[in-house]
Amino acid sequence: MTGAQIAARASRSVIPKAAGRDRAFAGFFRALMLGAIGVSVLALATLLYDVARDGVPKLSADFLGSFPSRIIPSNSGIESAIYGTLWLMVVCAVIVVPLGIATAVYLEEYADRTKWWNRMVEVNIQNLAAVPSVVYGILGLAFIVRGPLSLGRTVLAGGITLALLVLPVVIIVAREAIRSVPSSIREGSLALGATQWQTIWKQVLPGSIAGIATGVILALSRAIGETAPLLVIGAAVNPRFNPDGLGSAFTALPIQIFTWTQDKDREFVDLAAAAILVMMVALLLMNSVAIFLRNRYEQKW
Amino acid sequence: MADYATATSTGATGRRTSLVRRPSGRSRFEGAIKALLFAAAAVSILTTIAIVVSLLTETVAFFGDVPIGDYLFGTKWTPQFGGDQQSFGVLPLIWGTLYLTGIGLLVAIPVGILSGMYLAEFAPRRVRRVVKPLLEMLAGVPTIVFGYFALTFFTPEVLRNALGLGVNQFNALSAGIILGVLVVPTIATLVEDAMAAVPQSLREGSAGLGANRVQTAIRVVFPAALSGIVAALVLGASRAIGETVIILIAGGQTANLSLNPTESYQSMAAFIAATARGDIPTGSIEYETIFVVGMTLFVFTLVLNMISIRMVRRYRQVYE
Repeated sequence: MTGAQIAARASRSVIPKAAGRDRAFAGFFRALMLGAIGVSVLALATLLYDVARDGVPKLSADFLGSFPSRIIPSNSGIESAIYGTLWLMVVCAVIVVPLGIATAVYLEEYADRTKWWNRMVEVNIQNLAAVPSVVYGILGLAFIVRGPLSLGRTVLAGGITLALLVLPVVIIVAREAIRSVPSSIREGSLALGATQWQTIWKQVLPGSIAGIATGVILALSRAIGETAPLLVIGAAVNPRFNPDGLGSAFTALPIQIFTWTQDKDREFVDLAAAAILVMMVALLLMNSVAIFLRNRYEQKW
Repeated sequence: MADYATATSTGATGRRTSLVRRPSGRSRFEGAIKALLFAAAAVSILTTIAIVVSLLTETVAFFGDVPIGDYLFGTKWTPQFGGDQQSFGVLPLIWGTLYLTGIGLLVAIPVGILSGMYLAEFAPRRVRRVVKPLLEMLAGVPTIVFGYFALTFFTPEVLRNALGLGVNQFNALSAGIILGVLVVPTIATLVEDAMAAVPQSLREGSAGLGANRVQTAIRVVFPAALSGIVAALVLGASRAIGETVIILIAGGQTANLSLNPTESYQSMAAFIAATARGDIPTGSIEYETIFVVGMTLFVFTLVLNMISIRMVRRYRQVYE
């Protein structure tokens, strides 16, 4: 056979057949991948539909401005849960913002990677990020509510527990933001005679503030929805009062939602859906702010 | 500006050393800042120490009351009962945790990998711009909402009505599948990152040898990203193992050592949340069970996380 004949034969039989099968498989596989994406989209859509269907009829100004009732669903509301969540978020933010940024600055700007204790801090943060939230609840119960700190089942104890829980998130995102500031900026500042801290305070932090703020908002939006740790440290069930300070008992939106899902009365379960809607709107707002900050203030180097 | 002035004046006198060595007040301030920042970083270490200490203390106390063998190998978990009926065998809780996680991963592994692969290798920019935020949204939904969804929609309307399965109100199938959906965004995002980190030259080489894009993705990019993909799966598994509220709400609260997915199960995390409710007396055996189960859960997730960190490190070394 000549080369031309081989080529002719190949193009007639062997290659087309295999390519046909390959193309069919490729089409099948692409459909499979689109189906996988479809699972997530469908899940999100039905989830939102379910919550809206159950919850929207229950939403009203009364619902937002009443305390939970144990007996009458129609008199029940989430005022104490909203105030509880707001208190927790403020405490959590006040703790986590300075602590998270300081740790991130230390790890990115000061830490000498060759020293074992710095590597230990790093691995430790990665591990903390993967510790289940319910274990933070145990920590809160044994160390903060009782034990060494003995703060009781208070807003302060809840806020500290949530802050420790989301601290790794803030650190990890803040580190990325700080790392994205090019070293030429630092070198320029140092060359002009600024000290290391002046460089960080005047150049690095302003340059990474958008990323850091995004991280803080993401962390807080995770803290808002956390149920397990607050259950474990003992948030109040159906309280008919708002927290009046750091030492007050509290409930929070996810705790109120959980309490209502446990009720045998379907009316109460629907109230859980209405509370979920309120929580999701808050989350959506926070995430929009994060996206806005990222787009508006992010530095392009 | 003051700094500038000091620098020039010392420079003018020709003492070069003072240009290099900074005024001592300033360097003391710099040192204090560094110490302060290190103290902040140390908080995370203290957190870990506090977790381990609080878990260990009560765990040791627990093993003073219950022999360790009875705990690790016992097949009955009934701490809430009194007298002869009380039993502290943790196997049903461990089994419940692994069983529910297993059902979840059966969903999350194929869906997560295929989604991640699509986003890394195939998705046109327009599709990406829609799908990525949707996945992020799904990842941001609080787990209590998934629990609500499993209880009020997935169990009654999908499993019972649409599929006609005779499942209990609380069952492993619903909780497990929704657990899987929860983990999908985690796995998909990490798989996407792992595959995107594979150098372009490998894809070009594969295309040059006549492979189409699907063949390239499956036979070249996928194996090259394998350790990152395994790390993603391990992290997803660890997330599912530690998840509490979905199982608490939709999986039920009975420790169960069977294979029937229509029955109610309890996981380690769900047991902790169901038992610890704030008013439990310190030092009681019930109080101690929270910690010993917490310790067991902590060890599980720690081991998984260490494996995943190793894996990620390995695949970073190959291409960077």
